[in-house]
Amino acid sequence: MIIGLDVGGTHTDVVLLGSPGLLNAVKVHTDAANLFDTVLKGLDAVMKGIDPSEIERIVLSTTLTTNAVIQSKVPEVGLIVSGGPGIDPEFFRIGSHYYPVSGSIDHRGREVDPIQADEILRISKKMRQEGILNVGVVSKFSVRNPAHELEIFSLMKGSFDSVFLGHRVSGGLSFPRRIATTYLNAAVYPLHRDFFSAVEKSLRQKGLNVPIRILKADGGNMSFGASIDFPMQTILSGPAASIMGAIAFAPRDSETLVLDVGGTTTDMAVLINGAPLVNPVGINVGPYQTLVRSLETHSIGMGGDSEVRVENGEIRIGPERKGPAMAYDGPVPTPTDALFVLGKNTGGDREKSARGFEPIAGALGMSVEGAAKKVFDLASGTILLAAGEMIRRINAKPVYTVHEMLEGHQVRPGTVLVLGGPAVQFAECFREISDFEVSVVPRWAVANAIGAGLARTTSEVVLFADTERGMAVSPGENYRENISRNFSKKDAVELACSLLREKALKRGANPDYLEMEVVEDLEFNMVRNFSTTGKNIRVKVQVKPGLIRGHQTMLANLAATEQGGVHHVKG
Amino acid sequence: MLKAKYKTGLVFFPAFDWAIDPTHPEREERLLYTQDQVFEEGLFDVDGILEFKPDLVNLKDVQRVHFCIPDVWSVTTESHLISAGGAKTIGMAVLDKKVERGFALVRPPGHHAMRVVHGARGFCNINIEAIMIEFLRRVYPVNRVAVVDTDCHHGDGTQDIYWHDPDTLFISLHQDGRTLYPGTGFTREQGGPNAFGTTVNIPLPPYTGDEGFLRVIENIVLPILEDFKPDLIVNSAGQDNHFSDPLTNMNFSAQGYGKLTEMLKPDIAVLEGGYSIEGALPYMNVGIILAMAGIDYSKVREPDYTPERTRQKPGITAYIDELCPQVLDNWRKKESLGRDLCRGKEFIERRRTIFYDTDNIMEEQHETIRVCTRCGGALRIDTRSSARGRVLAVNIPRKACDSCKETGYRWYEEGARDTFGSVLLQDRPRDTYLAKKKTGAD
Ligand SMILES: [Zn+2]
Ligand SMILES: [Zn+2]
Repeated sequence: MIIGLDVGGTHTDVVLLGSPGLLNAVKVHTDAANLFDTVLKGLDAVMKGIDPSEIERIVLSTTLTTNAVIQSKVPEVGLIVSGGPGIDPEFFRIGSHYYPVSGSIDHRGREVDPIQADEILRISKKMRQEGILNVGVVSKFSVRNPAHELEIFSLMKGSFDSVFLGHRVSGGLSFPRRIATTYLNAAVYPLHRDFFSAVEKSLRQKGLNVPIRILKADGGNMSFGASIDFPMQTILSGPAASIMGAIAFAPRDSETLVLDVGGTTTDMAVLINGAPLVNPVGINVGPYQTLVRSLETHSIGMGGDSEVRVENGEIRIGPERKGPAMAYDGPVPTPTDALFVLGKNTGGDREKSARGFEPIAGALGMSVEGAAKKVFDLASGTILLAAGEMIRRINAKPVYTVHEMLEGHQVRPGTVLVLGGPAVQFAECFREISDFEVSVVPRWAVANAIGAGLARTTSEVVLFADTERGMAVSPGENYRENISRNFSKKDAVELACSLLREKALKRGANPDYLEMEVVEDLEFNMVRNFSTTGKNIRVKVQVKPGLIRGHQTMLANLAATEQGGVHHVKG
Repeated sequence: MLKAKYKTGLVFFPAFDWAIDPTHPEREERLLYTQDQVFEEGLFDVDGILEFKPDLVNLKDVQRVHFCIPDVWSVTTESHLISAGGAKTIGMAVLDKKVERGFALVRPPGHHAMRVVHGARGFCNINIEAIMIEFLRRVYPVNRVAVVDTDCHHGDGTQDIYWHDPDTLFISLHQDGRTLYPGTGFTREQGGPNAFGTTVNIPLPPYTGDEGFLRVIENIVLPILEDFKPDLIVNSAGQDNHFSDPLTNMNFSAQGYGKLTEMLKPDIAVLEGGYSIEGALPYMNVGIILAMAGIDYSKVREPDYTPERTRQKPGITAYIDELCPQVLDNWRKKESLGRDLCRGKEFIERRRTIFYDTDNIMEEQHETIRVCTRCGGALRIDTRSSARGRVLAVNIPRKACDSCKETGYRWYEEGARDTFGSVLLQDRPRDTYLAKKKTGAD
């Protein structure tokens, strides 16, 4: 049996899955101040009456690190950055323990200026005196040659609780993002470590001994053990959980738009033949631009609980949520109230919704029902317009070869999958106002938790080979090897795949179903003085996000069974 | 967070799968390290720096500028259309006010491509700046344009295209033509009779350093720009003046290029040459982008930079100090000198031989311009090359007067198809391109 848990802003969804399909689903209130209790309450509730030894897999998606970063509830971090020539690293300063130091490495990974050991030792001592426990070390082009980061690390070894090195966080180029990502890793490290150790410990006490897995922003997971060195990868996994939940029900042979309509926001993503698009650069968290791999998602401030009002004769919806719908005693009318007015929702007080819509109808000079219809159409239309804009942006991404320019694939989804609270009603409206083939994700209310439970372990490897210098490096994997002049792109891809396999297994992947793919393989002849002196090869491979294999019956049953059966756990 | 003072657009198109041939300087690898540096510096993340995906230019865009012989498809590849499209995309972004300034970091380059194209010369097939400018003039309220070509080689293609255009100021700074390809660009080359003086050549001695370049900008380029009052300043931003460039002999640096950009304030910059692909381009391009965006570039420095490498001999400084007043004097006298040239003449002719080094083609041209005080003048070009045969090409300029329109059409009608393989007409006021071709039956 599999447990999937997704902590959301207001609710935490937990599911128990087995070959008959969805065995149990619960919703508990999210206590942002005590996520540990929330998670355990959810797990306890979903496992009621189950023998813990039957649980083979447990995947958690939490808002722990996201909240800490956005609310700036993280300890101070020391940062040592070695930039060399270029933009002044002062521009990328984070916090008051930020130290630009000497040393420079160029784009091919060659040392230009060395590190000054006494400078590092002096800073290290100062940070220790100031009580800094967690440190980030970042040098420009460390993903081409990590020597300076490693040298600084060895000078500081043993002096701090944790030292995060920039070349380990991602193989991607971007010194400013590397600084931010390394900083965030160091900043959330203690919180992440303590939280998941505590969860693991209390699960052990209940007799549950499988290693817990944590969902990542790229829609994959990694084991808690592996996440200790990369806690940032688990940030902002919420949107990914829902998208992965939709994948189980997406067509395998077409392009699909996924719309997760929540209370405050609608998250959207694109699936191509059942696989989600991955953002090539990295996710933004609060004010930070990072190198953390994520799904290509877009979010707008439009949901079932968005505030509806009339300004200068025009209907305005969102982006704020002032509370629940008026039907549930909320303060302002919302699209959900529009559904009550139209008789498309049950369970709340239609009268209150109608009263809320009276001033809106008055301002627009139409009936309450007319105003409700107009509001709901506008909410649906706004979501589809935003989705169209996201697709336009995806297609407008620059490419750097003539081939891609001419043959480049243009995304054109024909189907839409809707999930989230008001999924059924929105789907109906999308169907009316667009040409999309629209369907509702089965189990739409807990699809996020299902997605978390079924997401496979993902990872990525970047390899850089330079036959003129006779070396291949994959700093993220601590790999550096001398290579011969005949080393080819094929060799590079093979090498990268073997490093990827090793990494994925370490993170907890199933060795029988490793779906590896080459994301990038570029090879350039290096020509100096009109003769070829070597090859410059860049390879990026990944285990692409998707669902775990070997659970076909469960998936079939999930799609077949009826909606409902979610327990709300009070308290 | 880093924020641009001037909202700046970038088109980056390194054409990673295109080369003239595998070991040619114009090859796949050329912008690879520039890409690495630009990515690693995080420039595309800077608030106020926007990356645009280039559009391809179309047939009409090319034919507005060039007579391609025998046709556009025979003398271009897709990469040329994308490179020109990159410039066009940036031009549109600037004129649509999506950004204040723009830089097209594209290849292949274009400034050696002339009005008539029989093939590639100086690694160039079509003139990407001219295609952009003429498109912008067609669509936006742009009339007067200044092109400042800071590539180390004389921008002889752009010069040729704007030779007769009084509304386009072409200024080229380059290594003296006696010491470098294409061997032209002397101060006496000042434009055709109807546009005399709006071509300004500033040949610089080998080993000119930062000081010399910046002095020329300050003392010649800026005063002339001030006087000309262009609607748009375009910089053909070649980077082969760098002290480490393998094809040239100058002593310019990334800091110098940043400073030049800061002084020139181009609305649009378009990459041209530059073949020190590891030691110079990554740093110069970062410097230019930062300078365009109004961000501090003072720490951008090449790894092998030393002040000595950009220092110039006193003799060079003295030479430049003598050159500056001479060029300015030419500029001030241009109207009267132009009138002298035209006096008593209805047509003025010139004959030239043009060599296409990249494609090894020899072209013979016989050019006739109608002397006109009201427009750029109808232009007739009788051209033949070993590779492409003989063609008659007629240009009726953008703001042609009725007499020049009439002359242009008369030349076109008179062009006998038994003499010329084809007879071509660019009618710019109507924005059309006509062709009479020899058919088998004739
Ligand atoms: Zn050049
Ligand atoms: Zn005229």
